[in-house]
Amino acid sequence: MYSIKMVTTYLYTRYERFWHWLQMALIFLLLITGFEIHGVYTLMGFEEAVEVHNFVGIAWLIAFAFFVFWIFTTGEWKQYVPTTKKLFEVIHYYGIGIFKGEPHPVPKRKGAKHNPLQRLTYLSLATMLLPIQMVTGIFYWTYNSWEAWGLGFISLKIVALIHLAGAFSILTFIVVHVYMTTTGHSIFAHIKAMITGWEEIEEGEEVEDWEKPSLRECPETVSAEKG
Amino acid sequence: MRLKSKHKRYALSCLWICLLFFTSAPSFANQEQDAPGLELARQVVKEAKNTTTADHSRFKALNQDFTSGPEITKACLSCHTEAADQLKKTLHWTWLDPNSPKDNQRGKAGYSINNFCISANAMNDHHCNECHIGWNEKGKETEIDCLKCHGQKKINWEEVFQDYKILTESKDPEENVLAKDAQAEIHEAAQSIGRPTRKNCGSCHFSGGGGDGVKHGDLDPSLINPNRKLNVHMGYDGQDFECSRCHTTVAHHVAGRIYGTPASETRHSLLEHDLEPKIMCESCHSDKPHELSSKMNDHTDKVACQACHVPVIAKVLPVQRWWDWSRAGKKKDGKPYDVNGPFGKPVYQSTKGDTKWEKNVIPNYLWFNGSIKGFTAKDMIDPSKVVKLAWPEGNRNEKNARIFPFNIHSGKQPYDTVNKTMTTPLLSGEHGYWTTFDWQDSIQRGAKYLNLPFSGKIDFVETAYVFPSTHMVAPREEALKCNQCHTRPDSRLADLAGFYMPGRDKVKLIDIAGWAIVLSSFVGIVLHALGRIFANGRKKEE
Repeated sequence: MYSIKMVTTYLYTRYERFWHWLQMALIFLLLITGFEIHGVYTLMGFEEAVEVHNFVGIAWLIAFAFFVFWIFTTGEWKQYVPTTKKLFEVIHYYGIGIFKGEPHPVPKRKGAKHNPLQRLTYLSLATMLLPIQMVTGIFYWTYNSWEAWGLGFISLKIVALIHLAGAFSILTFIVVHVYMTTTGHSIFAHIKAMITGWEEIEEGEEVEDWEKPSLRECPETVSAEKG
Repeated sequence: MRLKSKHKRYALSCLWICLLFFTSAPSFANQEQDAPGLELARQVVKEAKNTTTADHSRFKALNQDFTSGPEITKACLSCHTEAADQLKKTLHWTWLDPNSPKDNQRGKAGYSINNFCISANAMNDHHCNECHIGWNEKGKETEIDCLKCHGQKKINWEEVFQDYKILTESKDPEENVLAKDAQAEIHEAAQSIGRPTRKNCGSCHFSGGGGDGVKHGDLDPSLINPNRKLNVHMGYDGQDFECSRCHTTVAHHVAGRIYGTPASETRHSLLEHDLEPKIMCESCHSDKPHELSSKMNDHTDKVACQACHVPVIAKVLPVQRWWDWSRAGKKKDGKPYDVNGPFGKPVYQSTKGDTKWEKNVIPNYLWFNGSIKGFTAKDMIDPSKVVKLAWPEGNRNEKNARIFPFNIHSGKQPYDTVNKTMTTPLLSGEHGYWTTFDWQDSIQRGAKYLNLPFSGKIDFVETAYVFPSTHMVAPREEALKCNQCHTRPDSRLADLAGFYMPGRDKVKLIDIAGWAIVLSSFVGIVLHALGRIFANGRKKEE
């Protein structure tokens, strides 16, 4: 047993939190309607499901463009730069260490909200899986124009199956992602942080150079002790 | 305090963004106001009025005594000078498909075969000629009967002319007076002239195959006076269309499919070409009939309007679905007999064999480019398979092909086992099968009329014959819903292969693998969580 003083730090900015929960809602809707369209169950009916799915998909695309703008203008993209440093320590922690009560090898700190495993996961999501869903989704949506665009050779079946495989991948991600939120210092600590922006983290941990994002002149990132 | 004001701003900005997204929401709710095709069609059919400029009862030519049908026709032609020439070039008169080879010409007067009364034997099976628009049963050698299509008062002409003849020739003056009544009846009918009504067209087209609703499934006498639930265009409580409202006519040529020749290959709307026939749905509704944002508009390149809007046929009267000639000829006490079944329709007749009838038939869906491949008595068959006597042409790669609903009529009928051709038995008349019950003789006679060989050896083969289901367009609310096709396993399009259809199709491997991964990740986190609980390894900050 050991004890470290906890400090409350502002980890997630307002826009970031808004984006997270908006994206959650949109993806949630997309999964529900998408699997209905695939014929897994009947909820709102095929027609309604298609309309909602198309609308939400486009909404997500627009919102994602804002996110991309935000991530580059704020320099937050550096939080997504992948690294193998301590990657295996993190994997070891979630695989074994967590059961023994060992400390997290890369805890959240101000300015370094992602551990190496998260960096890799979120980077893959943002640059691979989500774009694949968007591209296949747009193709699916514009099916009737393929011929006019000279893309008549594309097979709807392939597009649909990639889109479906992507959906399974996202669903799998969500299962694990939601579970991982319970591995904070309390069950709901991570979720609370994503709602309020504030998370209790261990005091004194320094952000190592490789983890540092660009310096942001944002007064709200200044840590403040609660109370 | 700082947090509180921040929350307020946060909530406000959330609200603003939600508003931004959802006030511009698409047409989840609105249905029709933005449907250009619907609006277009409504404009086209505004205020139908009787536009005739002639009262036929005031024509001198029609105010004379008529002793025979052809005399009436002569009177008609004295004004309508070109009508006969025009009409005699049309299919309605020739019963021959002008676009088929002369040595194997399709048509009822040609070599065409169906699985009803099989063949008209070059118009020598006089029973078939009841529907020919001439004045007697002698096929094309007689005068046109204008009144079959234009007469608004149906009388038994043969009977009334015969009565008139007897009554005028009678020595009894009382009977001579009665002759005037007969002539008055003739006058009234001859002067009741108009454009063809549903009743005129229906007198043949609703009762083809020898009875009401034998053939089409979407054409039967229920359409003489339908409500809009039965036919949204023809309903007396709706648009009240006559057949000719869509089957527009130029010089007596009525728009419509002629065997292998599509009714239209252009699918233009009247806005594009105002003189095109109104025969296609697109003519009035355009190819974007639904509201602009609707996915339904995207379907019109591959799915015919009828596929969704004619969801069921034979809605009021039953349609015959099966006709097995091989069972014909049985007798009770040496006499032919009938057995009636459901709907008051025969299930057995000695003259015809077994028949099956159905109501509220769900059509079959096939690719259709507007052309139907007909079968003739000269075509060779493969008796090991169902012989498709009439079958739609087209496949999904053809630009003009659509998924289209069809009524498929099946049956069994005699074929020549040596020549491998369908036979053409003569049915009516004293030497017809219905009198003699002798296949050999009736087929021999029928073949002779068509100059066809007959080996004398017959057997029965199963045949199929399609009718496009295009009438009986249901009101919008009864049109097919998306999930009647986009579903499994009982999709209406379950049998159409070769393309991926969302909701209907899946690749089992991807589904199994996908769910397996999702499930195993779930099992993984449950085990992980249990591990954390039992290992009691979590450190809690006090």
